[in-house]
Amino acid sequence: MGFCMADTKIMDAKGISRSLERMAHEILETNQGAADLAIIGVRTRGAYLAERLVKMIKRIEKIAPPVGAVDITMYRDDVQIRLEQPIIQNTDIEFSIDDKNVILVDDVLYTGRTVRAALNEIADYGRPRCIQLAVLIDRGHRELPIRADYVGIQLQTFHGENVIVKLKEKDGEDSVILQQMNGGKKK
Amino acid sequence: MNLKSPHLLQLEGVPAEDINLILDTAVTLKEILDRPIKKVPTLRHITVLNLFFEPSTRTKISFELAEKRLSADSVSFAKATSAVVKGETLLDTIWNIEAMKIDMIVIRHSVSGTPHFVARNCDSNVINAGDGTHEHPSQGLLDMFTMREKYGKIKDLRVVIVGDVKHSRVARSNIWGLKTLGTSVAVCGPSTLLPFEVEQMGIDVYTKIEEALEGADVVNVLRLQKERQSAGLLPSLREYSNNFCITKERLKYLNKNYTVMHPGPMNRGTEISSEVADGPDSVILPQVTNGVAVRMAVLYLLSGGVGKIE
Repeated sequence: MGFCMADTKIMDAKGISRSLERMAHEILETNQGAADLAIIGVRTRGAYLAERLVKMIKRIEKIAPPVGAVDITMYRDDVQIRLEQPIIQNTDIEFSIDDKNVILVDDVLYTGRTVRAALNEIADYGRPRCIQLAVLIDRGHRELPIRADYVGIQLQTFHGENVIVKLKEKDGEDSVILQQMNGGKKK
Repeated sequence: MNLKSPHLLQLEGVPAEDINLILDTAVTLKEILDRPIKKVPTLRHITVLNLFFEPSTRTKISFELAEKRLSADSVSFAKATSAVVKGETLLDTIWNIEAMKIDMIVIRHSVSGTPHFVARNCDSNVINAGDGTHEHPSQGLLDMFTMREKYGKIKDLRVVIVGDVKHSRVARSNIWGLKTLGTSVAVCGPSTLLPFEVEQMGIDVYTKIEEALEGADVVNVLRLQKERQSAGLLPSLREYSNNFCITKERLKYLNKNYTVMHPGPMNRGTEISSEVADGPDSVILPQVTNGVAVRMAVLYLLSGGVGKIE
C-alpha cells in the first residue's frame, strides 16, 4: 500500500492574473474606491500578492493604497508544541492603519490559523475601521470561524493534499498546483 | 532553526552560525520595540527567573524588558532581600524556585563558572548575565549587533578593547565572539590589567594607547572596575586616566568612520571623557537599545525545543 501523488495544475499565470484583477475590482466596489484602503499581505507569498493588487488598484483608480506585510511567526499558536524555532521575517507596516479599511491578503486559506495570527498582529498596530480578507485559493477545512471576503478560486481538497502556489517574485513562475493523494476524507 | 546548546553560558566555543542566527533574529525583533504596542505573544508559555547576585541596572532591566516584550512571565530576585542572607545555598535557592515551575534562569554571579554549575544541576535553560571575570555573553552579542548595524558586516573591522581587560567579562565575550566571526581584535591597557591568557587568545596586545588606536574602526572602552582595584594594580586613577582615557585628541588615531562603544556604567573622566561619550560617534545608548533586541532573540531561540533536530 502506498499513496500515489499526482500533480494537477489548477491555475497558470493568466488564471492568477485574471482572478487578482477581478478581486481588485471587487475590493474597490465593496469599499467604494481606494481612498481609505490599506493592503497588508501575509509573508511570504501573500505579501507579493498584496503588491500586485496595489498595482492593479492603482491602474484602475489612479490611487495607490499603502501596502505592508506581516510575518505571523511571533503570533503562531503552535509555539509550545513545535520543536524548532522558525526564522522570523520582518513585519513591515509603515503607515497608520487607524480607521483604514484593511485588506489582508494571503495565498491559501486552509485552517484559518494563519489569518487568526495575522488579525492579532494587525490589532497591535492600531484600530482599523474594518479588516477584510482576500485569498487566491480557499481550500476548505477551516478550524476557526473565519471566512474570506474575496476569493480567487474555491478548491475542493483532501486533508493531506498540498496546494502549492508559485509566484514569479519568489519562485520564478506563476502557477497553482494541487498535489493529490489517494485516501483521506473529502470535505 | 535552533541553537546548538540549550543554554547561553559563554561565547567561547559558540559556532559562527549560532552567533549569526542570534544577530539576524535580533534585527527582526528590534522592530517590535518601535511598534505602538511593544509586545508579541510568543513566549506566553515561558516563565523566566532573573537571579542577580550582583548589582545591575542595564542588564537586569534589559532582560526584564526583553521578557515582557515577548509576553514571558518573569520574576526577579535580589540577593539582599532573599533567604540567601539567612544562609540558604545557591542550589537550594534555585531548586526551590524551580519547584514553583519556571522554564529559564537568567543569572549573574560574582563567581566565574556559576551559570555553568547551575546549568548542570537544574532543568531550566540558563542564560549567563555575567559571571565573575569570565564572560558576559549577551553583552558581547549586543556589542557585535551594534557594530554590524553600523558597518553592515563586522568581518573586516579592526576592534580595539581598551582598559581593565583582566577583570572584564565584557572583554572576554567580545574577544571570543569577534574572533569566531573573523574580526581583527586588539586589547590595550596597563600591563597589570592585561591577563596572561590574552596572548594565547590570538589577538594583538598593546600597552600604548596611541599604537592600539592606530587604524582601528571600533574602540570599545571598558569600565575601570574600581571595586576590584584594591590589589595595587594601578598607582592611581589619575595616572590611568592620563595614559588610557579615551579623549577627543586620541580619537584622531582611529580610522575615519570610527565608533566609540562602552558597556556601561561609565566612569566619566576616568576611562572616557564626557566629550567622547556624548559625542556624535558614540553608540553607547544605541548599544542599550540593541541589548533588549538581542536578549529577546536569545530568549526566543532558547525557548525552542531543547536539543538537536537532525
